[in-house]
Amino acid sequence: MGKKLLLEHVDVPGINTLSVYRQKGGYASVEKALKTMTPEAVVEEVKTSGLRGRGGAGFPTGMKWSFLAKPAGVPRYLVCNADESEPGTFKDRYLMEKIPHLLIEGMITASYALGARTSYIYIRGEYFYVAQILEKAIAEAYEAGLLGKNIFNSGFDHDCYVQVGAGAYICGEETALLESLEGKRGNPRIKPPFPAVAGLYGCPTVVNNVETIAAVVPIVNHGGAAYAAIGVGKSTGTKLISASGHIKKPGVYEIELGVPVEEFIYSDEYCGGIINDRKLKAVVAGGSSVPILPADLILKTAAGEPRLMSYESLADGGFASGTMLGSGGFIVMDETASVVKNLYTFTRFYHHESCGQCSPCREGTGWMEKIMHKILDGDGTMNDIELLWDIQAKIEGKTICPLGDAAAWPVASAIRHFRSEFEEYVRRGHSIKDVKHYYSTKGIPEPAYS
Amino acid sequence: MEIDQKREIRFNEETMATVQKIIKRYPEGREKSALIPILHIAQAEFDGWLSPATMDYVASILNIQPIEVYEVASFYSMFNLNPVGKCLIEVCRTSSCWLMGAEDVVRHIEKKLNIHVGETTADGQFTLKTVECLGSCGTAPMMQVGHEYHENLTLEKVDELLNKWKAEGKRSRYC
Amino acid sequence: MAKVTIDDITIDVPDGTTILQAARMIGGDIVPPAMCYYSKLKTSGGYCRTCIVKVEQGSAKDPRPMPKPVASCRTTVMDGMVVRNITSPEVLEARAGVVEFLLINHPLDCPVCDQAGECHLQDLAYEHGKADTRYEFERREFEKIDIGDKVQLHMTRCILCYRCVKVADQITDGRVHGVINRGDVAEISTYIENAIDNDFSGNVIDVCPVGALTDKTFRFQSRVWYTKPVDAHRDCDKCSGKVRLWYKGEEVLRVTGRKDKYGEVEDWICNSCRFDHKKTSDWVIEGPTKVDRHSVISANHYENLRILKANIERQKKALPHGEKVQLGQGALDPNNIHGK
Repeated sequence: MGKKLLLEHVDVPGINTLSVYRQKGGYASVEKALKTMTPEAVVEEVKTSGLRGRGGAGFPTGMKWSFLAKPAGVPRYLVCNADESEPGTFKDRYLMEKIPHLLIEGMITASYALGARTSYIYIRGEYFYVAQILEKAIAEAYEAGLLGKNIFNSGFDHDCYVQVGAGAYICGEETALLESLEGKRGNPRIKPPFPAVAGLYGCPTVVNNVETIAAVVPIVNHGGAAYAAIGVGKSTGTKLISASGHIKKPGVYEIELGVPVEEFIYSDEYCGGIINDRKLKAVVAGGSSVPILPADLILKTAAGEPRLMSYESLADGGFASGTMLGSGGFIVMDETASVVKNLYTFTRFYHHESCGQCSPCREGTGWMEKIMHKILDGDGTMNDIELLWDIQAKIEGKTICPLGDAAAWPVASAIRHFRSEFEEYVRRGHSIKDVKHYYSTKGIPEPAYS
Repeated sequence: MEIDQKREIRFNEETMATVQKIIKRYPEGREKSALIPILHIAQAEFDGWLSPATMDYVASILNIQPIEVYEVASFYSMFNLNPVGKCLIEVCRTSSCWLMGAEDVVRHIEKKLNIHVGETTADGQFTLKTVECLGSCGTAPMMQVGHEYHENLTLEKVDELLNKWKAEGKRSRYC
Repeated sequence: MAKVTIDDITIDVPDGTTILQAARMIGGDIVPPAMCYYSKLKTSGGYCRTCIVKVEQGSAKDPRPMPKPVASCRTTVMDGMVVRNITSPEVLEARAGVVEFLLINHPLDCPVCDQAGECHLQDLAYEHGKADTRYEFERREFEKIDIGDKVQLHMTRCILCYRCVKVADQITDGRVHGVINRGDVAEISTYIENAIDNDFSGNVIDVCPVGALTDKTFRFQSRVWYTKPVDAHRDCDKCSGKVRLWYKGEEVLRVTGRKDKYGEVEDWICNSCRFDHKKTSDWVIEGPTKVDRHSVISANHYENLRILKANIERQKKALPHGEKVQLGQGALDPNNIHGK
């Protein structure tokens, strides 16, 4: 069994309540930080831990914190990014629903380190019931004096609020999130300035993912060095992985970074293998935006080394043969799945979620969806595959925010690794609609495509 | 859907108190931050959608231009700018849900209710929508009705739920 | 001061200057095109991505290149920065891509569009785009709507530059239009039927780079290249009164702000100057406008120079205190006369 730092007590009955949470040692990090540590010391521990942003970008958290500007007389803010919307990702929802106090505890400890008097948890609107769970936990924390004035008699005051979004993937981008929190459209800001200098209300702000903030709790409790001892290389600590698709046991798993991908997919401790013991076809390892990899490349790197669940190992080989850990949204496809149709759902998703601010993303995402639709309809041409390739290349890196890249990468990787499947759709034209016929000739089971 | 033109748009005292409490979460001069939370409340209070009159009312509470509210309300997919049925069914259609049979669920509901995606039943009871990833990939396929998640759907489970909602005839709401 | 090198030309610029502004200081072909940036509107720019350039060296201190192309209108120069625009095939290719994106949903209805001849998208497509389109799907369409009795919004042509929204925010009191919806169905709209009605609302026409916001009083009156722009002024209690009159024969067909070679107005003008003063006698004529960029307008522009000069002489005589009337600078210099 791997070490559990976040989900250790997830199965304890009543762990969502303050009393049980405290019986299990909850809020110790707040007490320790406020009573025995300076804010700078907390930042140092986080730096030592090697913790990297768990929302997808993997940026070192301690470094992000140390960038925070501290002009005198200007308030600073901590904002928790709970706008989890990356297809394939549901770990933050699980964590907030099951152990809401872990996030609240992390918010207080992190706010102390950053000198933030006020913090906001921005949660996607669809998670309304989770927001209610958080509200209840916050109310409990206020009542126990863990939030509000003079926490643990330390002189540190803190208020924490939950803010719900209203349905926009783009608000997971930190500057779009801040715009939304200010009551505006979720249009990403043009950077610089970065939030560390001018964020919420123009004040210095740190925006961190739910899991990142929760990880501050064990880091303060056990020390950054202990956290850094877990994992492999620069991938320190544990990571929540949302596993879904054609696996026997979908769900959220806390892994020590460095677990082999093969073990993660097939061992009973994690996914338990493929449904009906069918063959693995492909995996999207880190949420919809990261490159899809075929079975051979997800299990082993191009050099033949076992692929590990870590930032570095998953990225090994660059985009030619590697992918990214991303948000840890692990979508497994067995041999019955159509990569082309799955890509269609992704292109539709990014088209739907583009904010429309900058032209390559606004126009390009819709164009890609239309071409994918045409190919699925059996009207595609070989030229359409080249056109798709060219459009994604013209979006990537040309947009205001990373949504453009997120829309481009799945298209590029699907064509890179599964070109023959696209060509098959094109070659067989309309007959592809007769899916049964198509697949029976290939000797593999019928897909869910209808 | 028929629109009740005479619908009075005004929060009751209790709701107004909640709204004022929300506004106080933000620093002075930043009251506009309360816009999205208040729009949720307004949508829930006034028949599940945001009419221009409702949005103008929210603008007046926050002392901002009506266009600022229209801009925001039309950006976010959870805000309905047209009337919807009492029961708004939102079926997730992205990757994992598709892999696990979301399309079958959509087809089934379409047949059962005799409507297409985006339409409302003649009795005004159900509106069917497809939505993008709701973060329920491990429990796919799924649908959301009001603030409730219904996961690991089977067609039988869908039937049960539809029958239940039909019998109850209540309006689903997020908040 | 910061030293910046753009396409191998080095210039010293004040701190805080953007790459685009620095390029404009150098001038010539190396100036990136800009569809959404507008120097007189705060926070404009960054959206259209036509002005993207490659930063080969970030600064003298940190010489690393920037990993992605940047919007030159929103990127501040650093001392020692090295930028590539037209000397980078990569940038030109990326820009051609942006032009293609801007055009896939554009109706390409230039033959019936009032903006033709002074349309920045037309110029952009001509200079940086490709002849063929690869887009084969239905194009986005919207109904034409009147926003007030003087301005028409033809959303189908809009490229969502946000300039008109910023005009309404920054120079008028009380914005009634904005961007509604999102993604590729986002549109400029008042949402409910609403007139844009204030003293400076007409400026949305001047800032619109395409034919999305047009002057209803000028609609279908003439092609711009058949009109002759003349700079003029009047005493106005609302604005500077410095305008451009667009003549066809003896008739003033429209009044606009005076735009520079990047299409930016020098002064905002009020609706009274724009819509209510269309007689020559309302104005003090300064002289024919120097037409620099939009060559189609300059065609035939100076053939009536003699008549115009005579007009100026007449004006001079009419002035009570013998005030000097300045000719548009360079207008009489034969080297500056285009279209001849």
